[in-house]
Amino acid sequence: MKPLAPISAGARVVLGAGFFVLFVLAWGAATWSGWVPPLFLASPERTLRAGWSLLTEFGFAGDIAITIWRVFGGFAIAAVLGVPLGLMMGAFKPVEAFFEPFISFARYLPASAFIPLLILWAGVGEAQKLSVIFIGSFFQVVMMVAVIAGATRMDLVEAAYTLGARAGGVVKRVIIPSAAPQVMETLRLVLGWAWTYVIVAELIGATSGIGHMIMDSQRLLDTGQMIFGIVVIGVIGLVTDFLFKALNRRLFPWAVL
Amino acid sequence: MSAKTLRIAGVTRTFPGQGRAAPTLALQPTDLVVQPGEFVAILGPSGCGKSTLLRIVAGLDQPTAGSVTLDGAAVRDPGPDRGMVFQSYTLFPWLTVAQNIRFGLAERGVPEAEQRAIVERFIARTGLRGFENHWPRQLSGGMQQRCALARALANDPEILLLDEPFGALDHQTRELMQELLLEIWEADRKTVLFVTHDIDEAIFLANRVVVMSARPGRIKAEVPVALPHPRDWTMKTTPGFAALKARLMGEIREEVRKAAAA
Repeated sequence: MKPLAPISAGARVVLGAGFFVLFVLAWGAATWSGWVPPLFLASPERTLRAGWSLLTEFGFAGDIAITIWRVFGGFAIAAVLGVPLGLMMGAFKPVEAFFEPFISFARYLPASAFIPLLILWAGVGEAQKLSVIFIGSFFQVVMMVAVIAGATRMDLVEAAYTLGARAGGVVKRVIIPSAAPQVMETLRLVLGWAWTYVIVAELIGATSGIGHMIMDSQRLLDTGQMIFGIVVIGVIGLVTDFLFKALNRRLFPWAVL
Repeated sequence: MSAKTLRIAGVTRTFPGQGRAAPTLALQPTDLVVQPGEFVAILGPSGCGKSTLLRIVAGLDQPTAGSVTLDGAAVRDPGPDRGMVFQSYTLFPWLTVAQNIRFGLAERGVPEAEQRAIVERFIARTGLRGFENHWPRQLSGGMQQRCALARALANDPEILLLDEPFGALDHQTRELMQELLLEIWEADRKTVLFVTHDIDEAIFLANRVVVMSARPGRIKAEVPVALPHPRDWTMKTTPGFAALKARLMGEIREEVRKAAAA
C-alpha cells in the first residue's frame, strides 16, 4: 500500500462491506458457539427474529417514526436558529464578542444533564424531547458555523469590495455562499450527535420511541430486541448521512472535486 | 477612456509592531500623479511597499499620513470606480465565469439585459467564449486571470489597479496575457496602475515606469517609456527596449542588493 494513493470505487465498496460481514461473523461465532450466553448477547439471527416480531406484533415502526420525527424536529429548530446566528458571529466581530463566551460555556453543558430539569419545565411530552436535542445541537452548530464564516477568504471579500459590494452584499454574496458547503457538512455531523441525544431523552420518561423500546426490553432481558433497536439507529444514521452527502454534492457542484 | 486624475500626495504607511516589536515603516512619503489614460507601472523589489501603495489607492488599506484623491474626491473606501485584479486567484468559486463577470454589475443594480450584453462583450474580448458556464476550478491559471480582468473591466472603472496579476503564471502564458492587456488598453485608454517586479513586463506595457526603492519604499526614479503604440512582442527585441531595460536593471539591482542586505 502506498500512502495516500487513491483506490477505485469498486474496491472501496467491497472493502467497506467486507468489514460489516466480518463483524457479523465474529458476532455469530461468539454467540453460536455458546461462548457468550444469550442472556448477555443475542445471536445475529435471534436479533433479526426479535426485530421481525417487534415490527409485526408490537408496532415498532411507530416508535421508529416518532424517534425520527423528534431528531429532525429538534435538529431543524437548532439549525434554523443556529446557522444565522453563527453566520452573523463569523461575519461581525462585535456580534461574536457578545455571544462567543456564553456559547463556548453553554456548549460544554451536557444535554442529558438537562433532562430532569426539562421534565420539570416541559413535562414528559414532545416539547421536552425536542428541547434535549435542541440544547445538544444548537450551541455546537453556532460555534462551528461562526468559525467557518469567520474563515472566509479575505482576498475574496476584498475582491467583492473593489467590485462595488457593501457590507450587506459581502455577507450575502461572499460570506454565505463561501461558507455554505462547510455549514452543510457541519449540519451532517451534528445530526449524527442529535441521534445520541434522542435516545438518552427516550430512556427517561418516555412512552414511545426507539429508546423507550430499548428500555422496555431491558426489563424483559431481551438482548435481541435491544440490539435490533441499536442497529436500526445505526442504519437510519447511515442512510441520512448518505442522503446528506448526496444533497451536498448536488447543491455545491463547484466545491466537489 | 478615463477622465479622472489620480493624485497620491505624501502617502505614508507604518505597520504597528506585533507585541513589543518596533513599528515597521513600509512606505515613505510618496507623491505620484497619474493622468487620465496613462499606463503607469510601479516596479520594485519584493517587500518594497508597492503593493501597499496599490492597496491604499484601492481603499483596501488606509495611509498613516497623506491622501489619495481621484479628480479631487478623497479615496477612503474601496469602490467600483477603482477596479482591481489581484495576484492570487480571486474568482468566486461558487459562481460560473459569466456570473463572476456579472458580480459587480448586479451589485450596482445594472438592468438585467444590459448585464447580459456587457458580460457577453467581455467574454469575447478576453477570449473566454465557450467557458461561460465553467466553474473557476475548471479553468487554467491564465484563464482565471483573464476572467478576473473581464470582471474588473465589466464595471467600467475610472482606473484599473493590477497587483502583479500575472505573477503566478508561467512565462509563456504571462506574455500572452501582457499582449491581451495591452490590446485592451490600446483600444480603451483606461488609466492603469500596474504593480510588478518584472522589468520586461513594465517596459512592454507602460507609458511610464516608477521605480521604488527597497523597504522602506519610496519612489527613486521615474522613467518615461517613449516606445510607440500599438506594441507587440517584437518590440521586446528593439534597441529602444534594450536601452530602457539596461537602465531599469541598474536601478533595480541596487535596490535588490539593499533589500537582501537588510
